[in-house]
Amino acid sequence: MDSSLFPTSAEYFRILPEMILTVVATLIMFLEAILKDWQKRVFAPIALAGLTAALVAAIAANGSQGTAFHDMLVIDGFATFFRVLVIAVGMLAVFASTEYLKREAHPGGEFYALVLFCVTGQCVMATANELIMIFIGLEISSIASYILAGYLRDDARNNEAALKYFLLGSFATAFLLFGVAWIYGYTGSTNLMEIRRQLETPGGPSVLITGTAAALMFVGFAFKISAAPFQVWAPDVYQGAPAPVSGFLSVGPKAAAFAILLRTYLTAFAPISRQWVPVLWICALATMIVGNFAAIQQSNIKRLLAYSSIAHAGYVLVAVTANSEIGSAAAMFYLAAYAFTNFGAFAVVTHVARKGERYTKVEDFAGLAQKQPAMAAMLTIFLLSLIGVPLTGGFFGKFYIFKAALDSHLVWLTVLGLLNSAVAAYYYLRILVVMYMKDPEPSEALPPAGPALQIAVYGSAIATLVLGIFPSFVLDFASKAALK
Amino acid sequence: MPQLPIPASPPIAWYLILSVILFALGVAGFLFRRNIITVFMSIELMLNAVNLSFVTFSYKLRQVDGHIFSFFVMVVAAAEAAVGLAIILTVFKNRQTLEIDEVSSLKN
Repeated sequence: MDSSLFPTSAEYFRILPEMILTVVATLIMFLEAILKDWQKRVFAPIALAGLTAALVAAIAANGSQGTAFHDMLVIDGFATFFRVLVIAVGMLAVFASTEYLKREAHPGGEFYALVLFCVTGQCVMATANELIMIFIGLEISSIASYILAGYLRDDARNNEAALKYFLLGSFATAFLLFGVAWIYGYTGSTNLMEIRRQLETPGGPSVLITGTAAALMFVGFAFKISAAPFQVWAPDVYQGAPAPVSGFLSVGPKAAAFAILLRTYLTAFAPISRQWVPVLWICALATMIVGNFAAIQQSNIKRLLAYSSIAHAGYVLVAVTANSEIGSAAAMFYLAAYAFTNFGAFAVVTHVARKGERYTKVEDFAGLAQKQPAMAAMLTIFLLSLIGVPLTGGFFGKFYIFKAALDSHLVWLTVLGLLNSAVAAYYYLRILVVMYMKDPEPSEALPPAGPALQIAVYGSAIATLVLGIFPSFVLDFASKAALK
Repeated sequence: MPQLPIPASPPIAWYLILSVILFALGVAGFLFRRNIITVFMSIELMLNAVNLSFVTFSYKLRQVDGHIFSFFVMVVAAAEAAVGLAIILTVFKNRQTLEIDEVSSLKN
């Protein structure tokens, strides 16, 4: 038998993070069945150890770049960037959830196992070099996240969030797959590089058919990144799901979905960029407008953050529309800054919502600055970063995105995008005003945040500030790793 | 008896047209049906339309890849069905209804 059929050890080394995550997640599920209730505290440390090991493996694998498993996966700087990002988000999610699960009296290993499986899927998405691997990574991540969204199965809000996420998510996947099938049929391959070669060949596959297939795939991606007009699920899901899960879903799967969107469109579909750039232009603008103008009217903070996350997907889409190397680097930097910022905001919401998540109105934040100044200060950092104020990661993120857009001569999109971020400042500042200027209403006492939740909040805040004050390290890496 | 001019096997395009029709039926079912189980079945129909086009393209290209992809799709669809039906079951237990319009408590 041909020995080259077997993967080399270097190839196994390149997918070590995914292997570690899968093994640890499976181990947790075994232990869940064996351990007694009082022993179940070990799950969070085990999950964290697994994520840390995967993080180290992902960084180490960057030293041995190349493809694996017959070009199905590719480990390059781009993949490493997103693998490290989604694993870091997974760690924050574990910290924030430990506290949450204890509070809701619903401890369980399967929660951590699902988070790990979800991160595994996102790592596969980050490294996928082939349409079928993209699909499989997306589904590993999605199926785990459907369950996470409805984790408290006796809670009607959780059920509804899970149902909507599941139905619309599978609907989107079917579109993606139909696009994949037609791309495969007309180019004879699912490998991204091979598709590009086919599309570049004069007299190659019909642009009409491949363009339609690419559009079908975009429908699938647009659902996952919650881009307009496919964003309708996001507010309901983020409002209904447990707060730490909403935080996780609004950053991890979204970053990974953007990774595959960037990789597919900037490599495989680069030859037909004249066809898809106008579509993305409209989509980016619509997403920013829908997100920001709907967010203004929200009184529930989880729903407000959901619409704000739609708007942020719009900003990243501007960078994708730029269809350039700097655009790709800007999108990567923005996703990193947005991930820590948005997760941090949801972590503070987790804390303020208290048991049973009864306090999720914007008014419930009244007087937070007097009751718990530290938490209020952290939320201030996150909100300022979401606005894009200097010294926070969000500022440089927006700056690089609009710079990339201008370099690609997208003047109107830049102007409209900047106007949009001015509108966005209104609803973020409203929360700040409530927090600092309004007196607390007499309500249930807010217990101090536990240590794990504090780690999640402070960790996110530190990352947000580091990206805002010393952006060069991450930006240099992103520029080197950007797709050409 | 005169031979009818029926080809030995229908042209490839017919299978592709059928798959597009099945997919469109699935989309229509998803958008217009109000029962959660029917909506879920519409998604399965869409996935089967995808499988049909994978297998057809695979036959046309004389490659085995497309057949294998259709197996991947089936495996994932099975996993999705397991999770999806469990979610639908919890929704039914909490609300005693399978009408999708009645599952809409989340709003501003």
